[in-house]
Amino acid sequence: MEIVYVYVKKRSEFGKQCNFSDRQAELNIDIAPNPALAEQFVERNPVDTGIQCSVSMSEHEANTERFEMETRGVNHVEGGWPKDVNPLELEQTIRFRKKVEKDENYINTIMQLGSIMEHCIKQNNAIDIYEEYFHDEEAVEVTEEAPSAKTINVFRDPQEIKRAATHLSWHPDGNRKLAVAYSCLDFQRAPVGMSNDSYIWDLENPNKPELTLKPSSPLVTLEYNPKDSHVLLGGCYNGQIACWDTRKGSLVADLSTIEFSHRDPVYGTIWLQSKTGTECFSASTDGQVMWWDIRKISEPTEVVIMDITRKEQLENALGAISLEFESTLPTKFMVGTEQGIIISCNRKAKTPAEKIVCTFSGHHGPIYALQRNPFYPKNFLTVGDWTARIWSEDSRESSIMWTKYHMAYLTDAAWSPVRPAVFFTTKMDGTLDIWDFVFKQCDPALSLKVCDEALFCLRAQDNGCLIACGSQLGTTTLLEVSSGLSTLQRNERNIASSMFERETRREKILEARHREMRLKEKGKVEGRDEEQRDEGLPTDLEALVNKAEEEFFDIIFAELKKQEADAIKPKPMPQQPSSEEGQVAQEGEDATGERGGDEEEEDLA
Amino acid sequence: MAEVEETLKRIQSHKGVIGTMVVNAEGIPIRTTLDNSTTVQYAGLLHQLTMKARSTVRDIDPQNDLTFLRIRSKKHEIMVAPGTLAFHFLVKSSFCFTR
Repeated sequence: MEIVYVYVKKRSEFGKQCNFSDRQAELNIDIAPNPALAEQFVERNPVDTGIQCSVSMSEHEANTERFEMETRGVNHVEGGWPKDVNPLELEQTIRFRKKVEKDENYINTIMQLGSIMEHCIKQNNAIDIYEEYFHDEEAVEVTEEAPSAKTINVFRDPQEIKRAATHLSWHPDGNRKLAVAYSCLDFQRAPVGMSNDSYIWDLENPNKPELTLKPSSPLVTLEYNPKDSHVLLGGCYNGQIACWDTRKGSLVADLSTIEFSHRDPVYGTIWLQSKTGTECFSASTDGQVMWWDIRKISEPTEVVIMDITRKEQLENALGAISLEFESTLPTKFMVGTEQGIIISCNRKAKTPAEKIVCTFSGHHGPIYALQRNPFYPKNFLTVGDWTARIWSEDSRESSIMWTKYHMAYLTDAAWSPVRPAVFFTTKMDGTLDIWDFVFKQCDPALSLKVCDEALFCLRAQDNGCLIACGSQLGTTTLLEVSSGLSTLQRNERNIASSMFERETRREKILEARHREMRLKEKGKVEGRDEEQRDEGLPTDLEALVNKAEEEFFDIIFAELKKQEADAIKPKPMPQQPSSEEGQVAQEGEDATGERGGDEEEEDLA
Repeated sequence: MAEVEETLKRIQSHKGVIGTMVVNAEGIPIRTTLDNSTTVQYAGLLHQLTMKARSTVRDIDPQNDLTFLRIRSKKHEIMVAPGTLAFHFLVKSSFCFTR
């Protein structure tokens, strides 16, 4: 169907101007709707249409009146002069000024303003409020955070019968593993059924040890070989030395023969720096230090007896309880003994008697830890009785620095591998102390209660951040120290070394004075009665001992009497005095009984 | 008259004072210890600043009035004591300070 409209125009009318006219509307065509077409379409339901719902706006432009601007400058010329005065004429200005000055008002004003002005000037002169203090000191970048340490992980002894963790050793590569030796150090009091196993823990997994080491006797010490991280050396409770290879499994790879081993628990084992990486040495309270080569571990390669009288007598030997070896000083080693004496030895001495170079005494009890300062090897740290002491090799009579006497026995100590002035100590009451002696010398910089039972051993990781400590119930706690304590401070090495030197010098001076005084004393006494002294000598010892005994018992009885007197004093409860007296009397008996026993022991020793 | 001299002399003799100026209400420097061009410059500039400062103070609180104006700069401190008739300027050096 086409809609066509025919438009007709005559040829003669071409080009004529258009003449528009109006006419009525005409219906050209009418097409009715065809409902059949609707079937070709499908109704769409729902219908999606976009609608805009917004404010209708319109845009306009307008021109405002122009704002006129001008840039101008001002030339200052003296002005304000009254009309009759020509500012250029000096005379006139002077005259004017004089006139003003004569004015009374002027005078008063000046006086008043003058006093105000003076006040402010004096203020200014008194203090400079904008003064910069310390402008030549750089800003301290280190944030003044308090030293802190937090527990990261706790490794518990999976055995039911808990044993003490007596030694820790970090894995030499990467420090991701920790080897812990468990044993019961109470003499013959190890509970029946106690396992001999020691474990290697992976730091990521505190629930289950990575490897179990099964020796025939519990391990007292355990050390990784710094050259070969698969090999471990263990010192047993029965005196044997055992070594493991972790690739081979948990059974002992090699064991020393009982006849040639130590007779007492092996308290210290250290690997030596050798080309083969298989040499080590061990020390025990039987008074011997033995060198071993683990390729032939059945027999020690060398034995040195810790006899300070240099007579090689095993009976006089001192029991070694800690061992120290620094790889930077390969021929020297130090032994800490049960008697509180540190023996410094030289391995390469010609005769066995010369092996013992010198001794340092000063502790009252066994020396549980002995370590040289990693930065200044001439100074070493010891822990024994209730103090920790720092010694210098030059000063033999006494330690150069020491802590105060604590309430609990100190069990272990270690220097921080990163900071020369920081060391850690553990105590029997379960606290870990971190000492920083460039910061504070009297007290630890940080004291943490790690657990309720005693802490027995301590080991710092090589990066100085992590510390592992083992407790009496076999729990090994891993702590992370705050960055202030594990990053080397500015100038710290100089300060630490100067402190060491200063203290060494002080001790030397004191030593010299003491020696002088002793010489003087000797000179005086010798001059007087030599003969008398010679006779008196043999009987002296016994007489002294008897006298000491008498004095001792006198003191005890005096104390007891005092206690009884206190008990007799009137008390609120009438029954108490008699029971207390009875108790006190019994206690007194027990005390004398015990002390009597001790006395006897002392006599024997 | 003599007191005026004395006062001005005393002020000038204080430690740290470089120069003193007395300017009247019209901005004419009456007394000065500095050279002419400096005086004229200071007088012109500070006069206007002081007027502005005073009007600011009074705008905020009509009962209030400006008692003293100190302008501290890197090198010097200018102290202005405004009066009703005369202004007393002081160019003073302060201690070196950094901000």
